[in-house]
Amino acid sequence: MNTMIRLASISLLAAASALIGATTDQDAKVSLSTLKGAIKVDGSSTVYPITEAISEEFNKVAAKVRVTVGISGTGGGFKRFCAGEIDVADASRPIKKAEFELATKASVEYIELPIAYDGLTIVVHPKNTWCNSLTLEQIKRIYSAAGSVKTWKDINPEWPDKALKVYSPGTDSGTFDYFKETTVGKDGSIRSDMSVSEDDNVLVRGVAGDEGAIGFFGCAYYFENKDKVKAVPIDAGKGPIAISVESIESGAYAPFSRPLFIYINKKSAERAEVQAFIDFYLANAGKLVSEVGFVKLPDAIYAKVTKNWLARRPGTQFTKPTGEAVSGSLANVYE
Amino acid sequence: MATPRSTASRIFSNRAFLLICLMATNIAMIVLAVLLISIFWQGWGTLSWKFITSFASRKPSEAGILAPLMGSVWVCAICGLVALPLGIGTAIFLEEFAKRTRFTRIIQTNIMNLAGVPSIVYGILGLTAFARMFGAFGTTSEDAMNFGDSESLLFLRIPFGSTVLAGGLTLMLVILPVVIISTQEALRSVPSSLRSGAFALGATRWQTVWAITLPAAIPGIMTGAILSMSRAIGESAPLLVIGGLLLVFNTPQNLMSDFAILPLQIYNWAGRPQDSFHALAASAIIVQLAVLLVFNGFAVFVRQKLQKPLQ
Repeated sequence: MNTMIRLASISLLAAASALIGATTDQDAKVSLSTLKGAIKVDGSSTVYPITEAISEEFNKVAAKVRVTVGISGTGGGFKRFCAGEIDVADASRPIKKAEFELATKASVEYIELPIAYDGLTIVVHPKNTWCNSLTLEQIKRIYSAAGSVKTWKDINPEWPDKALKVYSPGTDSGTFDYFKETTVGKDGSIRSDMSVSEDDNVLVRGVAGDEGAIGFFGCAYYFENKDKVKAVPIDAGKGPIAISVESIESGAYAPFSRPLFIYINKKSAERAEVQAFIDFYLANAGKLVSEVGFVKLPDAIYAKVTKNWLARRPGTQFTKPTGEAVSGSLANVYE
Repeated sequence: MATPRSTASRIFSNRAFLLICLMATNIAMIVLAVLLISIFWQGWGTLSWKFITSFASRKPSEAGILAPLMGSVWVCAICGLVALPLGIGTAIFLEEFAKRTRFTRIIQTNIMNLAGVPSIVYGILGLTAFARMFGAFGTTSEDAMNFGDSESLLFLRIPFGSTVLAGGLTLMLVILPVVIISTQEALRSVPSSLRSGAFALGATRWQTVWAITLPAAIPGIMTGAILSMSRAIGESAPLLVIGGLLLVFNTPQNLMSDFAILPLQIYNWAGRPQDSFHALAASAIIVQLAVLLVFNGFAVFVRQKLQKPLQ
């Protein structure tokens, strides 16, 4: 390690203690503006708009801290994160066993923080008058390879005998992963005769131009295109629930609301600029996530997140010590 | 025995061929025109000086492309400055100096093959060779050796990491085969009588190349340069592999700076849910076209300056 970095980190530690000692807003602002260093973020392109918004605001108060954000994807981001190359990983799913084993090997400890909800919307053409709600079982039949659903009538005998055209995000995306796990499960397989696109805007256009179409994508794309496609309320056993900011935040829209995460390298978290950045992230996430089209977490969960961050709680809560993945909604799982 | 065709049928096939060629040209032109018109239609409104001089933002009205624009300019400039001399030099050696041996044939075949390798493969090579330098200097950034002050223009760090230098060199790998091949073609098209004339007057090989062959081949070489630089500025896959970023709040200040690139920014904006970001993507495409034209204008300028008419 070269002396320059070492010297810099010592002065940063001094700045850190100044930051912790700060009592008024004014003091915090002064020490933020003198803070120096670089923070490397990489990972999911879904989470990118949130990190972009936070970095933009952070850059205004701490102009000398160089925040850089990449979009290698959740998997690519974790690869670099677990090798210790980056300080923060953006992720649209929890870290997997194979990934954190790599981290352990490289003696990288990490802190896991959920920061927002992304809802998955099931959409149909606006002229589709018959489909006003779908049960989980029906969605599973539509999308699973075994369901062999060809027309709307196959789903519900009362519906018209109209050909069904299925749209889906790319199979490499976190959105697809999450949808697959909640519908057909980890070991099930999704049908292969779908129109697939990596660009969700293409899915919007596809569903908007085909009366027999059904598709799913992140809620941000639905909220921007409410006039072009119709969202189908989901019945997960408690009656149909329509997608809305409120139903996602309250957890009523489960299981199609998925949490988005940031992971912080515990060693990086000792650096003053990273510490200030994450403090800033958590303080502003609630406001900024809704601005960029996502849904904020309930305050109770943000409180837990902040507590875990302050305690620097290491490890993931989504894989049991036995190695089994934990399923269930964020509100029930995360503590 | 085929009967001799009548004059009328020969004239007919001549006209038919002309028509087919005309249609082929027009289809290409129409596609290009539609593309350009739709891009300008979408993007002209949001194009402003502020758009070019501000950094990224979550608000479409405040977002700009300063960082990716300068990143692309730096990376492509480095790429051109390294790839053109190297490529043209290699081609001159192979065409004018080297004897046709098994060795040069192997090199030749390899260059031909390299021109068809997908660019992402060069990205992986660039990551290993330039960004990480085969791990010969340790694996974390803390092991890096620094030369000079990190704020100065001459700052250098080994291994390079995900910096503009590593990015430029990686793109250099992508376009090098194209530069070599097009330069070779240009040199081959120079009539050998010119060379013979120079040799007859007692010129050395070097004098012949410098005074006769190269000036005559400049138009072809520059056309190759234009094509390869156009490819370099549009590439994003290899730079994504070496760790190209999307969000940076600085423009590059030396060879060791982080960078974002325009194609990646365009891709990201085009994939956003909000329509106003799609307009920004179109504006960024217009800027990228302008940058490309500037690069190519430079090549045309060089061509005009250096070209000597064959007599």
